[in-house]
Amino acid sequence: MKQKLNAKLSLLVIVFTLLVLLLTACGQSDRVTLKVFNWGDYMDTSIIADFEKEYNIKVIYSTFATNEDMYVSLKSGGNSYDVAFPSDYMISRMINEDMLHTIDMNNIPNYKYIDDKFKNLPFDSNNEYSVPYLWGTLGIVYNKTMVDDPVDSWEILWNEKYSKQILMLDSQRDSIGITLKMLGYSMNTKEEDQLEEAKQKLIEQKPLVLAYVGDEVKDKMVGGEAALAVVWSGDAVAMKWENPDLEYVIPKEGSNLWFDSAVIPKSSKHKKEAEMFINYLSEPEVAFRNTDYIGYSTPNKETMGMLDQELIEDSTAYPSDAEIENCEVFEDLSDTLQIYDRIWTEIKSS
Amino acid sequence: MKKSMIAYPYLVWMIIFILVPLLLIVFYGFTKTTDQGIVFTLDHFKRFFEPIYIMVLLRSLYLALICTVICLLLGYPLSLILASKEYRHKRVLVLLVVIPMWMNFLLRTYAWLTLLEKNGVINTFISFFGLPKMELLYNQGAVVLGMVYNFLPFMVLPIYSVLIKIDKSIIEAAEDLGADSKTIFGKIILPLSLPGIVSGITMVYMPAVTTFVISRLLGGGQFTLIGNLIEQQFVYTGEWGFGSALSIVMMILILFSMAIMSRYEKEREGGGLF
Amino acid sequence: MRFLKRFYLGLIFLFLYAPILILMVFSFNDSKSRGNWGGFTLRWYAELFRDREIMSALYYTIVIAILSALIATAIGMVAALGIHNMNRFGKGLVINITYLPMLNPDIVTGISLMILFVFVNMERGFISLLIAHITFNIPYVIFSIMPKLKQMNQHLYEAALDLGATPFYAFRKVILPEIMPGVITGLIFAFTLSIDDFVISYFTTGAGVSNLSIVIHSMARRGINPTINALSTLMFITVLLLLIIVNKRTANNSGKENVI
Repeated sequence: MKQKLNAKLSLLVIVFTLLVLLLTACGQSDRVTLKVFNWGDYMDTSIIADFEKEYNIKVIYSTFATNEDMYVSLKSGGNSYDVAFPSDYMISRMINEDMLHTIDMNNIPNYKYIDDKFKNLPFDSNNEYSVPYLWGTLGIVYNKTMVDDPVDSWEILWNEKYSKQILMLDSQRDSIGITLKMLGYSMNTKEEDQLEEAKQKLIEQKPLVLAYVGDEVKDKMVGGEAALAVVWSGDAVAMKWENPDLEYVIPKEGSNLWFDSAVIPKSSKHKKEAEMFINYLSEPEVAFRNTDYIGYSTPNKETMGMLDQELIEDSTAYPSDAEIENCEVFEDLSDTLQIYDRIWTEIKSS
Repeated sequence: MKKSMIAYPYLVWMIIFILVPLLLIVFYGFTKTTDQGIVFTLDHFKRFFEPIYIMVLLRSLYLALICTVICLLLGYPLSLILASKEYRHKRVLVLLVVIPMWMNFLLRTYAWLTLLEKNGVINTFISFFGLPKMELLYNQGAVVLGMVYNFLPFMVLPIYSVLIKIDKSIIEAAEDLGADSKTIFGKIILPLSLPGIVSGITMVYMPAVTTFVISRLLGGGQFTLIGNLIEQQFVYTGEWGFGSALSIVMMILILFSMAIMSRYEKEREGGGLF
Repeated sequence: MRFLKRFYLGLIFLFLYAPILILMVFSFNDSKSRGNWGGFTLRWYAELFRDREIMSALYYTIVIAILSALIATAIGMVAALGIHNMNRFGKGLVINITYLPMLNPDIVTGISLMILFVFVNMERGFISLLIAHITFNIPYVIFSIMPKLKQMNQHLYEAALDLGATPFYAFRKVILPEIMPGVITGLIFAFTLSIDDFVISYFTTGAGVSNLSIVIHSMARRGINPTINALSTLMFITVLLLLIIVNKRTANNSGKENVI
């Protein structure tokens, strides 16, 4: 009997709470509500609170795990996000599929703080659809105490001396991409024979690979589980800090240069407010707080001036123009993705 | 009054939220968009019949099978112990078996990394005694371990719930008639708990076929499973047709194996309670 | 023999809880990395309560888990009874369709439901999320209760009717106690599945309604923030405490045979 009473009571409490929630949700219709869609843990949340106070706009913050998840969510409709932060190739695709509003740069005065070399990027050459948020490179992180050969080429990841000491990324484009670079091809190639060559190389490499990993690569390298790994520069900065034995290098064959930028999906009903938010993010002070919290590199010139001298000079975070000369930005591959997928499955199943 | 009529509310729900989405999947699996509009096609299914994809499916079925068998071997004794009369706090113990599942799955799997890594907890412990470090991660064993860890409670709960309601007087009667524990177990407990076993197998095997996160994290992404493949189609390549075809093939296979199993169950039920 | 049982039980619990202990320990790690022990700290706990997104996700996770578990159990219980009394063909058909959410990969269930919601122009949010959770929970409830129905003596119900009971009274007093372990099992299953679901939730929810799983999986690229470890530790301790309290209170009903 007592159990039934408890159950009824709990049910009542729940229903009551639910009603309270629904009521409070219906209450706030006087302020504009901005829906922001970002990667997880990719913004200093105090910035959101400050923005809300300063502009009297409510922000609803949602997160996604990958560009593709974000894309499916936006493409399917039935929701209306106002600001999103896709990566380069995804922005390409979204522009091609008419999924974005053009941004009126007159409403983004802070755009002037963005370094010129981060304008007119390949995926948005007329600066109409995106404002850069964070950027970085892809490279090799290695443990100085475990690797005695010079690390300057992707080839070292195929060196049998380091068998089972190598960590590759469980990401189709990144792993196939660096192999293509090593073979001297473009990371955006659609040529099937070039892709086949890359596939063969990766199948060759497989016995030497300890594992194909995701974000756990950071903890593994810090913990000394492997000698070499492919990582993004932003993560490398954090890793070096945790374990001083680690070093980061962009191989001479070139690598991937990536950008995450703010865009306004076509489904947004608050374009003006979205532009206000994007503008706010590019305020030097605000951008500083972000880059400080997240640890990835900022495209904001003024903000760079506020950073620690040591950080600016660290080529991991801010590589020289010479170092990124051979780096490519990912383009949208559309149908060729099928081939990538098949190749990747073959590599993984070999 | 036909008692089966009370199932009607569920049937309505089922039709709207299970059947209709299923029809959508079937639609995607059998059609493709061409310049002439949407046409019927078997292309997506043909694509599946390549050795590499079939291997992916077989591997997934195989791993799920191993996981289910181990869950059964570990879970059944556990359920027996929990259901036996010696434990007053069985309710608490059973819940304690389930509670780890309420902690986030990624977190728990990362914790396994910390346990199994080369410089992880277990190896550090072992090397303390001078023993050589073992490679506990990035092999099939680690993946099965992760799967069993994840699905064990799903096997234990159904079996337990059937075991505790076995009529004690039957067991007492058998004891009075001189049966020893082995006979009691083999002739009474085991057959009577069969519905629970079948339920447990169902609840473990089915989701186990389509998991892939465990194999990615603990297996080092060394192989692609059918779950990976399907996810890649829907999210990465945008090939919903192929993804749907894969899902349909998998659905049919699993339903088929379930049908075989329920056939087996019916045969044994013969001399049951009713 | 007694010792063997205890030993086996202990081993299993060690297996089940070792990772939990690890994740609790790392909630006090003064380093964001799992590979490094940076010293003892409570800062993740402090940061946790300042994080609006995580708190909101926690709220929705629990509300959805409880609601969908209760509703799915109610629907599932009635459904199991109905299915149990169907003819062979109907039973087989409904059971096989009911298998589908269990055997389909989450991505297929998630995306197909998403398309359904878009198709009927339903704005995705709390309700769509709730519907999705109920949908994948019901099969587990049904399959938890079915074995109990099979195990039950069918004649008891008829006997009760013969003795003058109304069908509902006979249900409450005869059938329900027999299937109660299955009902509870189904409830626990539903709650467990709901609380940790990512894929289906991600595709069926709307802006502003997130759950913990989505928040955590979204950190996949950056690495899981130790505030999540802190949250999990707190949740675990809360659940343990609740368990102890509930057990102490119902221990007062000792003498009555345990329902489960």
